[in-house]
Amino acid sequence: MSIIVENLSKHYGNLRAVDNISFEIHHGEIVGFLGPNGAGKTTTMRILTSYLAPTSGDVIIEGKNIKDNSLQTRRLIGYLPESNPLYSDMNVLDYLEFVAKLQGVEKTKISKRVREMIGVCGINEVKHMDIGQLSKGYRQRVGLAQAMIHDPKILIMDEPTSGLDPNQIVEIRNLIRQLGREKTVILSTHILPEVQATCNRVLIINKGKIVADGTPSELQSGFHGYERIFVEIEKPDGYDFEMLQVKFNTLPSIKQITLLYEKDGILRIKFESEKGADIRKQIYQICRDNNFNLIELHREQTSLEDVFHQLTLEAA
Amino acid sequence: MENIITIFKKELKSYFDSAMAYIIIVVFVGLLGWFFTSSLFLVNLATLRSFFETAPFLLLFFGPAITMRLISEEKKSGTIELLATKPIQDYEIIIGKFLSAWILFVIALLPTLIYYFTITILGDIELGPVIGGYLGLILVGGVFIAIGIFGSTLTENQVVAFIISFLFVFILFILDKILIFAPGFLASILEFISIDYHFSNIARGVIDTRDLIYYISAIVLMLYLSTIVISKRRWA
Repeated sequence: MSIIVENLSKHYGNLRAVDNISFEIHHGEIVGFLGPNGAGKTTTMRILTSYLAPTSGDVIIEGKNIKDNSLQTRRLIGYLPESNPLYSDMNVLDYLEFVAKLQGVEKTKISKRVREMIGVCGINEVKHMDIGQLSKGYRQRVGLAQAMIHDPKILIMDEPTSGLDPNQIVEIRNLIRQLGREKTVILSTHILPEVQATCNRVLIINKGKIVADGTPSELQSGFHGYERIFVEIEKPDGYDFEMLQVKFNTLPSIKQITLLYEKDGILRIKFESEKGADIRKQIYQICRDNNFNLIELHREQTSLEDVFHQLTLEAA
Repeated sequence: MENIITIFKKELKSYFDSAMAYIIIVVFVGLLGWFFTSSLFLVNLATLRSFFETAPFLLLFFGPAITMRLISEEKKSGTIELLATKPIQDYEIIIGKFLSAWILFVIALLPTLIYYFTITILGDIELGPVIGGYLGLILVGGVFIAIGIFGSTLTENQVVAFIISFLFVFILFILDKILIFAPGFLASILEFISIDYHFSNIARGVIDTRDLIYYISAIVLMLYLSTIVISKRRWA
């Protein structure tokens, strides 16, 4: 287990920024913290990185409690803070060297690591410039480079793609996916496609609490508890909806068949089946065997947006 | 220790990369030279006394000025979060920054040795008070810089940091000038706290352990308080 969080809380006066959350993160997972602004994502990350102390609860990183071994756990983590603060009066090379030294990279390996990171993050052409002169995209890459300079086991990134243009976002996401093969990655975002594109696990956080936990597809399909399939069929001669219903009711995992409407001789029907069962093929076969003219067949994809809105607005 | 050196080097370089260091050195040396030479020929003595008497006045501004941004800027730009999440102790950050400002101050003092050499040409000068004077200045500078660092930990705003630190050092400085208004039992305490009292001892060439202890404990206390302030957020 890479990270274990137990009953973690952080209160600011009456405000419960983080409210008794627990979760575990395995090696090699790319976990996305998803939530509206002010949900407690940044606070949780700041506690994991020992920037803030929790009001109560424990964090165990690679078997070490951050309360007693903060220096050791900090060594294991590469951190890109929210809004990516950097020393604008330093040049890129000096800055990466400075961070490498503080992270305890061996003296003989510092220049090699700096060169590697400059390559990986694509900042070779700006390495002699002052950070203050860099564009937002380059600044973000410098931020990533400093987070990874000591080859940490765990990468924590607070909104790694904020302020980037679409091309840069794709680049950074690819980089994160690559890193995720050998590292544990936690990133936070309030951009939903980002989670779908990069993460293999999502924690939806709202008002300091975890409201959902699963893979992006689990959250999408499993959210209703059943699958929905919409079908349009040309009304066969001599058939009415009840007779169709009987035909389709033979399917094993079917739960409910509803007629949505009938218009110009076309029936629009909603099938609801058990979670995880994909009955599109069987529906097609029944139509074919009975010579029904199938006009449309599609499965409803609950978007992560729907899940997110429902979970975070319900509580509001 | 290595982390302290890393931070120290970074801060010292940033002083010299910006115009800050040069401006400070030129202003400091220039103003001191003006005060020094304007009275030198009136007094007609081969002594650096007037130099050592005016230097602490300038330090009142100089100390807070070179330290005001050291922590406040980190807080404002958020880079304190970068530093604090690296595997280093908070006191290493404070000490590294303190040393960089202190060394900058010593570097700014170096050109003033010209005044000493000029006077050795003009007449015989006693070496003891000169060594004592420089030692005293370096220590007073250290205390003012440590106070400046403390002021800088209290706010995100450089100007506010400067004002807080300036008020603090100013009070320390004038304490022994208001002694006559203080009741007897307080007077000796105030005198001991006053920075100028200890300085005048050293500037006479008398190096007393009590004075050294005063300066060093003042520096340590201020750095300790600064560390507490920046560590505060880590407390549950």
